[in-house]
Amino acid sequence: MDVLAVLSVAIRGALGPEAAIYALAAIGLNIHFGYTGLLNFGQVGFMLVGAYGTAISVLSFDAPLWVGVIVGMACAVVLALILGIPTLRLRGDYLAIATIAAAEVLRYVYRSSFAEPVTGGVFGLVQFADGLYALNPFSGPLELGPLRFSDRALWLMTVAWGTTFLAAALVWLLVHSPWGRVLRAVREDEDAARSLGKNVFAYKMQALVLGGVLGALAGSLLAINSQAITPDAFIPIITFYLWTIMILGGASRVLGPILGSIVFWFLLTFLDAFLRSAMSAGWIPGTLLVPSDIGAVRFAAVGLGLMLLMMFRPAGLIGNQKELRLDVR
Amino acid sequence: MSDDSHEELLAQRETAHDEERQREAEPSVGARRAAAALAGVANVPGVAKPDPILVADDMSRRFGGVTAVEVEHLEVQRGTITALIGPNGAGKSTFFNLITGFDKPNSGRWSFDGKDISGAPSFRIARHGMVRTFQLTKALTRLTSLENLMLGATGQRGERLLASLLRPSWARQEADIRARAEELLGRFNLTHMRDEFAGTMSGGQRKLLEMARALMVKPDMILLDEPMAGVNPALTQSLLGHIEALRDEGMTIVLVEHDMDVIMSISDWVVCFAQGQVIAEGRPDDIRRDTAVIDAYLGTHRSLQEEDPS
Repeated sequence: MDVLAVLSVAIRGALGPEAAIYALAAIGLNIHFGYTGLLNFGQVGFMLVGAYGTAISVLSFDAPLWVGVIVGMACAVVLALILGIPTLRLRGDYLAIATIAAAEVLRYVYRSSFAEPVTGGVFGLVQFADGLYALNPFSGPLELGPLRFSDRALWLMTVAWGTTFLAAALVWLLVHSPWGRVLRAVREDEDAARSLGKNVFAYKMQALVLGGVLGALAGSLLAINSQAITPDAFIPIITFYLWTIMILGGASRVLGPILGSIVFWFLLTFLDAFLRSAMSAGWIPGTLLVPSDIGAVRFAAVGLGLMLLMMFRPAGLIGNQKELRLDVR
Repeated sequence: MSDDSHEELLAQRETAHDEERQREAEPSVGARRAAAALAGVANVPGVAKPDPILVADDMSRRFGGVTAVEVEHLEVQRGTITALIGPNGAGKSTFFNLITGFDKPNSGRWSFDGKDISGAPSFRIARHGMVRTFQLTKALTRLTSLENLMLGATGQRGERLLASLLRPSWARQEADIRARAEELLGRFNLTHMRDEFAGTMSGGQRKLLEMARALMVKPDMILLDEPMAGVNPALTQSLLGHIEALRDEGMTIVLVEHDMDVIMSISDWVVCFAQGQVIAEGRPDDIRRDTAVIDAYLGTHRSLQEEDPS
């Protein structure tokens, strides 16, 4: 078994554009849950409207790609308002139910046959991001020992990580301001914030919109990254990966989602590559595991890792352990 | 740490004793001012006051078939400590919730400082200058004490989403707020907890923190829902001292409380609730002798205490 090859695959996974995109969506979720305490179980719905907003603008309306990305984010604003206006005045669990349902409803609407002329139905849409690839400044691949990144991958990584770190910087500025202080107060106790003259509903709405817009941006990047989207890429499990990433890194920490995403993708790709090469080296008997099981086994292993983390570092990798020990309410 | 806290406790007790002695010696400026203002007011439920800061009319709140609050008319005199007493379930806290916008009445109009605030949302009522605390203390546990207080300041430019990104636009105001918060922490003997999470504080400290936080709003009137519940006697004395000091500075205080010694010693006016209605109001000494209050709440033992030979 080539350890170096396995590791290089894992590092490529940890630094690849997908890791950045998931980190970005998890940053949005961190604004919702980590700072404001909103239970959003439908972040993938924001990614979906972002991805389709971008693709449809380019394909159906011949808009430039950057306009498409903005349209995608605008769709997220609309979705956040639709979700927030009826539920944010109610207790937190209502938002959780509404978001998880809305994300699934959206997926079924986008894949339905009546929407097919615009959304491409179950087949989805392809080839809408040529505008970005035309701008690629990298002319050749980068090779660092066993690591090899194609020029296309380098360009996508630059764009995706650049966007993600910009979003993290934005969140840092926001949460280190009086605005962020109100947000955390809302997370701790809405009534206390109200009693001090804070318009809690407005703050929750702002947080929902902002986090949703970051989710939509991540969705746009996901679509651009693969140049192809189908509604079934936006299944509810994506939302739970994002929750895993956020909790793994440390909720209500600016860099938590980024670290969480890198670790999550490293583990996932490492286990995949490791199991495959171990199997081909004959270390794992075929009676125990067949190659088609690897996908499931690696997620089981990530789940196990998450359980261990919750037992020994419940606030996440860079979370404030002291903060978690406080009895909330 | 135990030595420190012990000494601190002793010091706290000492100041509390001093304050108590002072209080017994002579009424404070605020108490005399309040007594003078209320001098000609009759002991009738719903009586008009010379300078009311809060006026409530026809307030009612029903939960299913139960009428929790039914107040025809109630006025609160500016610059006084007004206590709401009454048995459990009499509607005191519900009345609090109604006038502060935390609950919506089935009917009623109420005004604060001459402005009609009927049906206004709670945060807007707080901005008008009427701030409440809660029976179950709501310390913001994962914010530090200082952050808890700084949150209380109103009209913060940096609390607007877009402005929050431009630090220079709010940095100066933030510094002022921080200074004011530190001053209040000092006043309530909480300076040593400045950078600790509020969740690490004791119950009594949380009560102090909540009161200090409410003061950051710069209210004209503060409503305290059982401020002494679950607080040790020494801290009760210091809380009482703070409440009286606020009244002496001209603030109006309304409190719900069950400790009759506390009520009788600090309040200028007492309003007694029973079954959602105001059954009596008056000066503490009159309330103590009021037959309706004795029947509904005090019981004969408590009311006759001062005439008790032992």
